Amino acid sequence: MAASIFAAVPCAPPVAVFKLTADFREDGDSRKVNLGVGAYRTDEGQPWVLPVVKKVEQMIANDNSLNHEYLPILGLPEFRANASRIALGDDSPAIKEKRVGSVQSLGGTGALRIGAEFLRRWYNGNNNTATPVYVSAPSWENHNSVFMDAGFKDIRTYHYWNAAKRGLDLQGLLNDMENAPEFSIFILHACAHNPTGTDPTPEQWKQIAAVMKRRCLFPFFDSAYQGFASGSLDKDAWAVRYFVSEGFELFCAQSFSKNFGLYNERVGNLTVVGKDADNVQRVLSQMEKIVRTTWSNPPSQGARIVATTLSSPELFNEWYGNVKTMADRVLLMRSELRSRLEALGTPGTWNHITEQIGMFSFTGLNPKQVEYMIKEKHIYLMASGRINMCGLTTKNLDYVAKSIHEAVTKIQ
Amino acid sequence: SSWWSHVEMGPPDPILGVTEAYKRDTNSKKMNLGVGAYRDDNGKPYVLNCVRKAEAMIASKKMDKEYLPIGGLADFTRASAELALGENSEAFKSGRYVTVQGISGTGSLRIGANFLQRFFKASRDVYLPKPSWGNHTPIFRDAGMQLQAYRYYDPKTCSLDFSGAMDDISKIPEKSIILLHACAHNPTGVDPRQEQWKELAATVKKRNLLVYFDMAYQGFASGDINRDAWAVRYFIEQGINIVLSQSFAKNMGLYGERAGAFTVICSDAEEAKRVESQLKILIRPMYSNPPVNGARIASMILNTPDLRKEWLTEVKGMADRIISMRTQLVSNLKKEGSSHNWQHITDQIGMFCFTGLKPEQVERLIKEFSVYMTKDGRISVAGVTSGNVGYLAHAIHQVTK
Repeated sequence: MAASIFAAVPCAPPVAVFKLTADFREDGDSRKVNLGVGAYRTDEGQPWVLPVVKKVEQMIANDNSLNHEYLPILGLPEFRANASRIALGDDSPAIKEKRVGSVQSLGGTGALRIGAEFLRRWYNGNNNTATPVYVSAPSWENHNSVFMDAGFKDIRTYHYWNAAKRGLDLQGLLNDMENAPEFSIFILHACAHNPTGTDPTPEQWKQIAAVMKRRCLFPFFDSAYQGFASGSLDKDAWAVRYFVSEGFELFCAQSFSKNFGLYNERVGNLTVVGKDADNVQRVLSQMEKIVRTTWSNPPSQGARIVATTLSSPELFNEWYGNVKTMADRVLLMRSELRSRLEALGTPGTWNHITEQIGMFSFTGLNPKQVEYMIKEKHIYLMASGRINMCGLTTKNLDYVAKSIHEAVTKIQ
Repeated sequence: SSWWSHVEMGPPDPILGVTEAYKRDTNSKKMNLGVGAYRDDNGKPYVLNCVRKAEAMIASKKMDKEYLPIGGLADFTRASAELALGENSEAFKSGRYVTVQGISGTGSLRIGANFLQRFFKASRDVYLPKPSWGNHTPIFRDAGMQLQAYRYYDPKTCSLDFSGAMDDISKIPEKSIILLHACAHNPTGVDPRQEQWKELAATVKKRNLLVYFDMAYQGFASGDINRDAWAVRYFIEQGINIVLSQSFAKNMGLYGERAGAFTVICSDAEEAKRVESQLKILIRPMYSNPPVNGARIASMILNTPDLRKEWLTEVKGMADRIISMRTQLVSNLKKEGSSHNWQHITDQIGMFCFTGLKPEQVERLIKEFSVYMTKDGRISVAGVTSGNVGYLAHAIHQVTK
């Protein structure tokens, strides 16, 4: 028999964050803590299906008028409208002016991919794969892959994280924008930057917007934590809304994985803001073609849950309360971890733990210290020093704080 | 000015256009024969009982909503592979395959297309039957492949142009990719007979072609899941390492839940692991990981003996109703006094039927009788009921007599 056509297919390396969880699962040590993958956990260290989600799922299950028919290509209309409204605000002028479009997508990733595929085909000329795409240094590692697989050839980084001062490198960021070729695409984290947890302040966002406007740069927002970051939907959407008010045309990839806890239902939305309704309509018609060859039409379950929740004032309030519960627990863990490290006298400064926002914190631990944490203390975190605050509980805070203290003092 | 001033309006979807026009029509006798989804004898969507039961079981387990692995729900992918290959399949038992969960048929086809684009360096050419499902071409094109065609449907006989197909296929350059519809060819409903499949297998083997099977109707075509998978299983038994896309949209009525799977038959389990790792690298930047709901339902059904049995009965029920509508349509046409040969309506199989009607006749059906179908004369038999089959026969006779 002839050699297989796949004989030369190399084994791809596993995705790091999932490998981490796999290793954690196999670890038999009773003290083990998983501070890796980005999913919310309760104080008992368990996944949390939001009470409002349980309620709405029951409603859906009891509704005999519902079936499993195909959704339209662009998704469930009630979901799309509500999702974009959440991002842009109830009184968004863009929505009033009917220059907002929405594409229901498979999670935030799917929304990013549809947006990227569209931009590669239609932005800055036709099929211009040379348009530079800027991703923050560091960023969620999948950003690179999404734009690369969408066909972009020139993916660059922009300065973002200043390791020395453990904060935003605003000057570096602005310089990169000044020097970026006109029309470059910039992927901006709307809030709760992954992995650093460090966001620009409103004043800093204003500076960013001013440069982007002057240099004709395209803002592509990634909004995966609206509500989850600060506990306030409006606050977490401030940057996106500011850009809209400044007259930008932009994309915003939204994920409802974290703020609705609907991870495996793949609920996302690509919000498109254009100059006018006619432009948006044509854009959506082309996005429809892209969707059709990628997944034809999106899954209905998760969209139904979100649409039902967002369109009922009662359920919306209940959801808001659930979101606040999650955000508050994360904030509590931040302050508890910081106070323990300071009480232990752990070398270095630890205010960044409470100044950072969202699920993640860039601890500042170096790869050797991270290795110590994993191998010696059975505490699993990313090589970058990123920890998921949701992995902390009142039961493991002391152990984690002591372990960080050991790592920092023993390993340089 | 806008970034998007130069963006053209995308062309309207021809099939959606049919449904839009149907919705606007006020004629009480109107029929929508464009719909690619099963309808019961009252013309209503049908949620399978086994699906309802599976949903209740799933709800009672109170599972979490944690991300699935990139490759999907393992119980689902394993059961999908077994359903397609057969539990006694050597390829299945030896583990020399990889199955990943895909976004129904389209998503599975796309993953496969992207995988071939990246790793099948021998050729960029994908050969489709003429005609094929309209979305095949743009899927492969967007994945970076080139499209070619082989003869398939004979409009003169409304059946398979077997000699034309064999002639074309025997000339396909070696190591090209050929796409075959496993059963219930869309849009024609014309399938090869088993002896013809055997000849096709021998020819593709001789030409050393990579075979890509699209199986969207297993169980739904003949009512028998093993019969509908016969070609897939035969090819594998002949030593042809196929790639396969499966959909559970029709056979489980899970349309909007997007349950599907993509399978690669490999030389051995080690190769399967390598291929799997690369499929995950393709999936992650597309949508990270697949949706759980449809896969959980399908998995529950396939893996729970009682539910599986009930499913087999229900899918046969759907297939039988379709077959019965075909039979009734032909007998009604005879009753109307039509002298044409309508045998192809009962010879064809699956959801769709290529009636052989010409565009002018289709136009009359739409305008004069409010019977809606696509211009190529394709009807969805699923849209026919015992209540309207008489009217349909009458209308067809009027425009063809």
